[in-house]
Amino acid sequence: MSDLLNAEEVKAQIEAGVPGSHVTVIPNGSPSGQHSLLLDNEHAFAVASFLRDHPALRLDYCSLVTGVDWLDTETTEKIRVKKVVDGVETEAEETRKTKVPGYLEAVYHLFSIEKKHGPVILRMRTANRTGQTQLPSLTPVWRSCEFQEREAFDLYGIVFVGHPDLRRILMWDGFADFPMRKDYHPPADGVPVAEVHA
Amino acid sequence: MTSVAEMKAIAGPSEIMEVSMGPHHPSTHGVFRMDVRLEGERVVRLKPVFGYLHRNHEKIAEHGAYLAAIPYTDRLDYLCSMTNNWGYVLAVEKLAGLQVPERAEYIRVIVAELTRFQNHAGLIGFLLQDMGASGTPLMYAFREREKILDLFESLSGARMMCNYMRFGGVRVDCSAEWLDEVRRLVATLPRFLGEFEALLRSNEILMARTQGVGVLPRELAINAGVTGPMLRASGVNYDIRKVDKYGIYDRFDFRVPLGEHGDVYDRYMMRLLEMAETVKILEQALRNIPAGPVMDPKAKLRGLRPKVGEAYGRIESPKGELGFFLISDGSTIPYRYRVRPPSMINLTVLEDMCLGQNIADVVITLGSVDIVLGEVDR
Repeated sequence: MSDLLNAEEVKAQIEAGVPGSHVTVIPNGSPSGQHSLLLDNEHAFAVASFLRDHPALRLDYCSLVTGVDWLDTETTEKIRVKKVVDGVETEAEETRKTKVPGYLEAVYHLFSIEKKHGPVILRMRTANRTGQTQLPSLTPVWRSCEFQEREAFDLYGIVFVGHPDLRRILMWDGFADFPMRKDYHPPADGVPVAEVHA
Repeated sequence: MTSVAEMKAIAGPSEIMEVSMGPHHPSTHGVFRMDVRLEGERVVRLKPVFGYLHRNHEKIAEHGAYLAAIPYTDRLDYLCSMTNNWGYVLAVEKLAGLQVPERAEYIRVIVAELTRFQNHAGLIGFLLQDMGASGTPLMYAFREREKILDLFESLSGARMMCNYMRFGGVRVDCSAEWLDEVRRLVATLPRFLGEFEALLRSNEILMARTQGVGVLPRELAINAGVTGPMLRASGVNYDIRKVDKYGIYDRFDFRVPLGEHGDVYDRYMMRLLEMAETVKILEQALRNIPAGPVMDPKAKLRGLRPKVGEAYGRIESPKGELGFFLISDGSTIPYRYRVRPPSMINLTVLEDMCLGQNIADVVITLGSVDIVLGEVDR
């Protein structure tokens, strides 16, 4: 994000401009310093329209749309528990594992052609990777999302609600899987790929 | 004798005909299909269909080291491997915080502008070929392209799959003789441009076929993310070489040509005018190129491990904004590797430009978009 557009500043402007919206700044540790803003899915559409039409921001150009797959992760932590063994109280160490569900993420890079600044990076996350993979489509705000959201649907399985023409774009219509997901493995030679037959 | 209007009145409204143009249509530059619905000769619906060349480039790159993706980027837009390399290495340099020596920056500008020149010349050749100017303009363009490819071959060892740039610089230094060769070639380019322009600029058939055809309004062009010469033909002043000033583009004196009508003629003229500006940049770069190293000594090509984070790097490729989005998880392999393909996104507006036009104009409208299917499908 350029010096002009500090991530925190944009966050404050969004939260003031779109009542009820919740924005989290996702810091970026790389030297590029391109921090991004995580939107809540409920207000994402309103936020996108706000950013496009805001007279000082005027983010009229959505350059890049992409999906990212984050797998389920497991965190382990060691905790001390008190146990009573043969009437004697002892302290023992136990490891507790917690499953953090993975999610699919849609990333949008916005620029302003009018003001010549950017990028402002938006992110949206699905609830999980399997059942609830819906996100609001931003194609009605920026036409440039049309093909790229279709691609994220095709390769990652993110369902963009409100997209005018959500079909597969690179894979063929009967293809069943989502090949860009991290846990997708192509079938061995000679084994046919999974297809859905209507 | 009955007039056409009377005949239409007798016959009633014509039936809608569905035509599948492609994937083996000669005007589609490879394997691209358009599902077209026609009423008579008029287009009433057009849906682009692609993916025939899809090889999941991004997945391949997510399985190899950062260095291993460079030769694959050659195969995106296979006419412009040098600019593809640049887009990718720029993103890696942002991700890992690498510096590029000055001489390497100059070499990058020289090869990128030569790439732009041969791409635009080739595009004009193909566009006129689509219009029926069989052979001559294309051969003129390919004659120049041949000389440029020879230079690429002597520099990088390959004519089209150059695999030349590296994060932190370029793979090998160029010799003084090579620079002299480029200077000699660049000195002949204005003459070629003059000849090319004189041949076609005021050609009546060309004007009749292209003016007012495939019009792309300014607002739609911006909203649909159209970039490159196509955006500027619609009158939007946005050139990433000027906006981002990546590399050393702030040191060159050149202008950004703008169109007025956004039709096929403007898009054609945009390429001609940009070629003239490219020659200006080349002359300045060849005059000022300093001596020195061509690789950042700190750049670790093998086993590069950028810190956890992400970066988006973009350049003005001959076709538009070519961007690479990388996410690093701290390992030697990119966690996410994404290409922003300009020619695929420029196709978003193909239907809008073709509605209400004749089917013959679809061919030249597509020709003026400048697509390469290696990049559209990835």
